[in-house]
Amino acid sequence: MTETAVRFLAEIQVSLKPTVNDPEGTTIAGALGNLGFDTVQSVRAGRYFQVMLEASDAVTAEEHVKQMCERLLANPVIETYSFKVTALEPA
Amino acid sequence: MPVSQEALDAVALSRAEYEQLVERLKREPNEVELGMFGSLWSEHCGYKNSKPLLRLFPSGGDRVLTQAGAENAGAIDVGGGRCVVMKVESHNHPSAIEPYQGAATGVGGIVRDIFAMGAYPIALLDSLRFGTLDEPQTRYLYDGVVGGIGGYGNCLGIPNVGGEVFFAAPYNGNPLVNAMCVGVADIDKLVSARASGEGSVLLLVGSDTGRDGIHGASGLASRTDPESRFAEMRPAVQVGNPFMEKLLMEACYELASRHSDWIVGIQDLGAAGLTSSIVECCARGRTGAVIDIERVPRRETGMTPYEVMLSESQERMLIIAKPEHVDQVTALFHGWELHCEAIGTVVGGPDVIIREHGEEVARVPWETATEPPEYRRAGERPAEITELNRFDIGSLPDLAPGDASAALLRMLARPNIASKRGVYRRYDQQVLGNTVIQPGGDAGVVRIDETDLAVALTTDCNARLAYLDPYAGGAIAVAEAARNIVCTGANPVAVTDCMNFGSPEKPDVYYTMEQAVRGISEACMEFGTPVVSGNVSLYNERSGRPVYPTPVIGMLGVLDDASKHLGAGFTAAGSPVWLLGADVAQPAPTLAGSEYLEAEHETVAGLPVVDLLAEHRLQQLVLAANDEGLLRSAHDCSEGGLAVAVAESSMLGAHGFESTADFDPGERLDSALFGEAQGRIVVSLRRDSDADRLRELAREYEVPLAHLGQTVEAETFRLGPIESTLPELTYAYEALMRL
Amino acid sequence: MRFAIVRFPGTWSDRDCYRVLHDVLGQEASILWHRETDLSGYDAVVLPGGFSYGDYLRCGAIARFSPVMDSVVSFAEAGKPVIGICNGFQVLCESHLLPGALILNDSLQFRCEWTHLRRDGGDTPWASAIPAGDVIRIPISHGDGNYFAEPGTLDELERDSRVIFRYCDEHGDVTAEANPNGSQRNIAGIINRRGNVLGMMPHPERAGEDIVGGTDGNRIWTSLIEAGLAAVR
Repeated sequence: MTETAVRFLAEIQVSLKPTVNDPEGTTIAGALGNLGFDTVQSVRAGRYFQVMLEASDAVTAEEHVKQMCERLLANPVIETYSFKVTALEPA
Repeated sequence: MPVSQEALDAVALSRAEYEQLVERLKREPNEVELGMFGSLWSEHCGYKNSKPLLRLFPSGGDRVLTQAGAENAGAIDVGGGRCVVMKVESHNHPSAIEPYQGAATGVGGIVRDIFAMGAYPIALLDSLRFGTLDEPQTRYLYDGVVGGIGGYGNCLGIPNVGGEVFFAAPYNGNPLVNAMCVGVADIDKLVSARASGEGSVLLLVGSDTGRDGIHGASGLASRTDPESRFAEMRPAVQVGNPFMEKLLMEACYELASRHSDWIVGIQDLGAAGLTSSIVECCARGRTGAVIDIERVPRRETGMTPYEVMLSESQERMLIIAKPEHVDQVTALFHGWELHCEAIGTVVGGPDVIIREHGEEVARVPWETATEPPEYRRAGERPAEITELNRFDIGSLPDLAPGDASAALLRMLARPNIASKRGVYRRYDQQVLGNTVIQPGGDAGVVRIDETDLAVALTTDCNARLAYLDPYAGGAIAVAEAARNIVCTGANPVAVTDCMNFGSPEKPDVYYTMEQAVRGISEACMEFGTPVVSGNVSLYNERSGRPVYPTPVIGMLGVLDDASKHLGAGFTAAGSPVWLLGADVAQPAPTLAGSEYLEAEHETVAGLPVVDLLAEHRLQQLVLAANDEGLLRSAHDCSEGGLAVAVAESSMLGAHGFESTADFDPGERLDSALFGEAQGRIVVSLRRDSDADRLRELAREYEVPLAHLGQTVEAETFRLGPIESTLPELTYAYEALMRL
Repeated sequence: MRFAIVRFPGTWSDRDCYRVLHDVLGQEASILWHRETDLSGYDAVVLPGGFSYGDYLRCGAIARFSPVMDSVVSFAEAGKPVIGICNGFQVLCESHLLPGALILNDSLQFRCEWTHLRRDGGDTPWASAIPAGDVIRIPISHGDGNYFAEPGTLDELERDSRVIFRYCDEHGDVTAEANPNGSQRNIAGIINRRGNVLGMMPHPERAGEDIVGGTDGNRIWTSLIEAGLAAVR
């Protein structure tokens, strides 16, 4: 069996869990209000990562990204993550 | 209906404690009340295991303005109508779970304790202990904790002027994060954390309340099964908002310093949130209160009274305002762009009553709530200590003279000795414009505005020595702190302590705690430094093994004339260098519990000793010599002994050193160079001619002394058989920064 | 001279600046809350260091919209002297009074330490008494002090002699080792085209008295004060 590696782009978002205090989001919400954006109800701040990786298939790629999130990119104590994996051209 | 074991476990009350509660209430508590009592009767809030021991501390004195344990922090009169407020507090368990936020919110908590008293915070210190650096988790914790302390303190604009970092295997997985804060207030503007005067209004200011950290007090810090907290307690972690705290700090200081007539008290919200702050305020004022809980601003929807009362959301303060000034107080907080909400009123009577939309949901008698059961336990001397104390250090091979230079470099590179510049350069050390001595010396020195005064601040505890002999270790922590203070030219004045131990329910752990308290007490009496505040952190264990007994001493010293401060570095060439307190030669037993013994022989053993009378005389001598202007520098011998102390003075002042031709290490080279006998200070003199006067003074104070050598312009470093250069020493000393 | 020291929510160098300007150098100085909009009574504006709005979003990004900032911009456009220190420099960049941006230090860590700065560049009242090539010793204290600008902007700054301070060693050599935060071309402080607006990461107000480590920072304040006196004469 030969494996052909495919290149994937993982787009990962990490944010604080909904119940965790987000001072940055709160402060930005206040600033938006001061600028006259009265429609803003709340802001949650987060981080966005683009990770390029190689994997044999999409399922494997997603598994790798999940591991990256759990072990490094997010702190499961206070943060949640979500991601989207897109296949690029074969490597 | 009898309460379930599950319900009791959730609030960490024992069945016996519950029965006692029912007897004192004369009824079964409801769910909200049970949650409130669980927190208030926890070790963290109620000190039920430690209180009887803490009463042993000497706590009074001419300068002490607060009663032990009566306020959020201790206050000391420093003269000129001003006082210093200080306290050290632990945030060990939260830091083990989420190091950045755990440490950050630890800083937030201790700073609130200080400005709750109406003081402006002028300095932070932090005393940190981690596992060994070969554990990958240690690096993660170390980086996170240091980052969190910096991230929070830097944002507040409070200089970090000192502390310690120590690595040892017993702290693997259970780091100790102790933060100390010091503030200054006019004595007549000190604020009490008291609710009094029927009709006074309770105002909640700062952050909204969320579901953060519910059961932090009863769960995280007080659970008898420390292991389980790591799995269960994750939702208890909180994210700090130093920006909010900065605004709260400025607003509270403005309120206390300019409008103290508007208020009767200020109290911070810490462990057990609204529950403990309201109940403690009422207990201090011996009065009741009615709280309308629906008026507490929420961050989340659908919160129950139970959750609101026990939330540990950070950056909140309780202001007890006189009814006729509520509008002005509210306007002041709004001016700082902070929320301010009236949530209740002071009433007479024995109860704190919590209502939701007019309906009573809890009624807690403040007296019962603040008088938890106390446990006096029987300690038992750990057998392993006796064994280790008997170890014959003299049986180990001595250091070969040819290896002495390399041994010094190895010692300087040890994480416990190496420069902590990599840590403190991540902290703002100078903001507020008063930092006279920055971290890296013996103690931080900070000027007091509008006076000639400066305060010297340090935290100390050699936990390896406390492990080998908790009584001596406790006394040594105080002696070393005082020694560090006098090395800056300041007079030791008062102590705040943080007692970090394992489970008090284990007789051998309880023994170490009791002995350490006794040792600290004796030393504090000798040095005339009362214990004015403190904190206890128990259940510091991992896999059933307690951490080293770690009684951290934070000490305050006062310099009546800031310009007389003394540094640790050799700042000029041609200065005679003397060792005060002992001769160079030292016997093998002075290697007991030393860094050298662990580094070179992988041994933690021996019996540490301290002579408090000799120590006190030595310190008096240094202060007298500095008063007469004889000294250019002073630096104490601690971890790494004489050789490390002289090398540090050389590096700090960027001048070389050459010992005298007759430098005599005596029978053993290792104990002379690296032994950790207490009561020794290395000084450099301003002039050659000052040596005679120094000798006279030493005779007067009955302190032995030895001429070590002199400082030189060149980069050479020669101490007995040690030959090196400043760049070589510095490279080794900066090992921790290359981590 | 009359100095307006602006206090944003989260500013902490305001009192330090006041101490040096008022107590040490004997100038008139007031601390102004960021909601103040009247700068008519002042000769110079100081945007001090700190963590305005907690440094959330980007350093200085929210403070830039404070009510006082419209007045600060007009004040600067009128050619009057404005200095932004640390967070104040970040606010000036966010406000486009100065080009470029201050990004996360290349160490990824906060840094508080003494640095040496070499006086470079052209005329500005903020450094008129510091001859080119002189080395001054002033501390830094920041997490986001890494000066970044597009190459074209950097070249323009150099060409117009608008880089006023560069991180250097004690001998004045501009080296990579002396760069504490990764700033491009070791840039520590720059001016606008007219030279009346100076932004710098190091804190001159922390080097105002010998007992706290040195007085080199006062050379910046006294430059302006002397330039002001000369203008009156």
